[in-house]
Amino acid sequence: MDIVLQQIVNAISLGGIYALLALGLAVVFSIVSLINFAHGELMTVAGYGMFFAAAVSLPFPFAVCAAIVFAVIAALLTERFAFRPMRKADATGLLLTSFAVSAILRVIFQNGISARPKPVPLPSGFAGVIDLGFLHVGIVPLLSIVMTALSLTALTLFLSHTTLGKAMRAAAEDFQVLRLMGIKANRVIAVAFAVSGALAGVAAVLWIAQRGSVDPLMGFVPVLKAFVAAVIGGLGSLTGAVAGGFALGILEVLFQAFLPDAALPFRDAFVLGFVILILIWRPDGLIPAPVTRRS
Amino acid sequence: MLEVSDLKVKYGEVAAVKGVSLSVPEGSIVVLLGANGAGKSSTLNAIAGLVVSTGSIRFEGAPLSGRPAEDIVTRGIALTPEGRRVFPSLSVADNLHLGGAAHASGAELKRRVEAELDRFPILRERYYQKAGLLSGGEQQMLAIARSLMAGPRLLLLDEPSLGLAPLIVDKVFDLILDLKRRGLTILLVEQNAERALEIADHGYVLQTGQVVLDGTGAELARSDLVKQAYLAE
Repeated sequence: MDIVLQQIVNAISLGGIYALLALGLAVVFSIVSLINFAHGELMTVAGYGMFFAAAVSLPFPFAVCAAIVFAVIAALLTERFAFRPMRKADATGLLLTSFAVSAILRVIFQNGISARPKPVPLPSGFAGVIDLGFLHVGIVPLLSIVMTALSLTALTLFLSHTTLGKAMRAAAEDFQVLRLMGIKANRVIAVAFAVSGALAGVAAVLWIAQRGSVDPLMGFVPVLKAFVAAVIGGLGSLTGAVAGGFALGILEVLFQAFLPDAALPFRDAFVLGFVILILIWRPDGLIPAPVTRRS
Repeated sequence: MLEVSDLKVKYGEVAAVKGVSLSVPEGSIVVLLGANGAGKSSTLNAIAGLVVSTGSIRFEGAPLSGRPAEDIVTRGIALTPEGRRVFPSLSVADNLHLGGAAHASGAELKRRVEAELDRFPILRERYYQKAGLLSGGEQQMLAIARSLMAGPRLLLLDEPSLGLAPLIVDKVFDLILDLKRRGLTILLVEQNAERALEIADHGYVLQTGQVVLDGTGAELARSDLVKQAYLAE
């Protein structure tokens, strides 16, 4: 019983990270039809934010804030200088731009900082385990579930209660008409990038809390997974991204825990095989985005 | 109030509007008639800043050409686009809110919402429902109310009666007359030529991107061209 509950906690905590990343991809995709493969580098920027904050001996909570602020700034800069000039381009052009941004940032990390992993000191309490009697839960998975829940709540409130949040939802449905209301397209798009940066920042903190270091390629694997999660959920659908993220996290942890040892090296093949089954069952994803007009 | 001269709109190699000139005097209803593809919607979209155009567009004396849509609506021109295009997954409340958010805030924004709910009582009943769940007629009311939230002096209406039941069409035309009485200037694109010419002060007939005829509503209703092409006679 104990092992099952622990695996559930692990699944939710890993799924939460994928959900945050997939949500970041979906927020941008729903508005500008850009699949931002540089999203992983936003995570890496956030990781270096933590590293630098620790290097000047800021306490850990400030390092977390630094991570999020760095990722938001990086997201806004890539929007302003790479994606905005390409606004009129088609989906392929935007996709290639995001590959370019991703490659450029990685080279900057490798040559400007270091190709090797940089340690990010974590508070000593992070190694601890909470004993609930029937269940032993690591501090890190627990914190990561709490952070995910807080982020999702904050985003939901933002989207449903603020003018900019409502404008983002409207932009995903009909951007032209939103402009007819006098709401500035550039502003809405910039806010979407800022939100996706903040989500990448939070995800980076949770990712680093499990490994304690940052390297130039850190963002690649999680964002590839997040992309898979976004597709499972239904590309461009925000609730779908969250559902897809958790589904992928749960699948990975389940296969990790219950596959026979001999099959473990092929875990990802099993996970992706299952993803294919989901997509055969629901080709548009679990919770597809409503059909949008772009005339 | 609005002076358009030699307006041209091209989509790639295809010319949709080939030198349209028209004028909309303050306080009047002007109607654009024409078959599908005659360039009516493109003309409205060009005035609203949604599509790139050449030629001159002047509103209250100031040139508008080349300005973005966000800017044109703040100068007092609102477009209610063809097909209503409400934000379907947002509530009626949020649709109205976004219509006015760039132009008013706080108490003034609330006052404008109240004014629209008084004008369209059905929207008050549906206030918290998703706009996508409204009937076609209700969505058209919402789309117009959302445009009015910007506080325009000139309203561009693109096919407001399209696809609506006859009873609702009556309501839409009553509404347009009522808006005129309250001092709003209206440029209307309509398929329903008979009804449109009844309320129009002036009309233009477009064919393949050019004005082929213009006159008062009554003159156009009597003209052979309009009778044959647009009125069932």
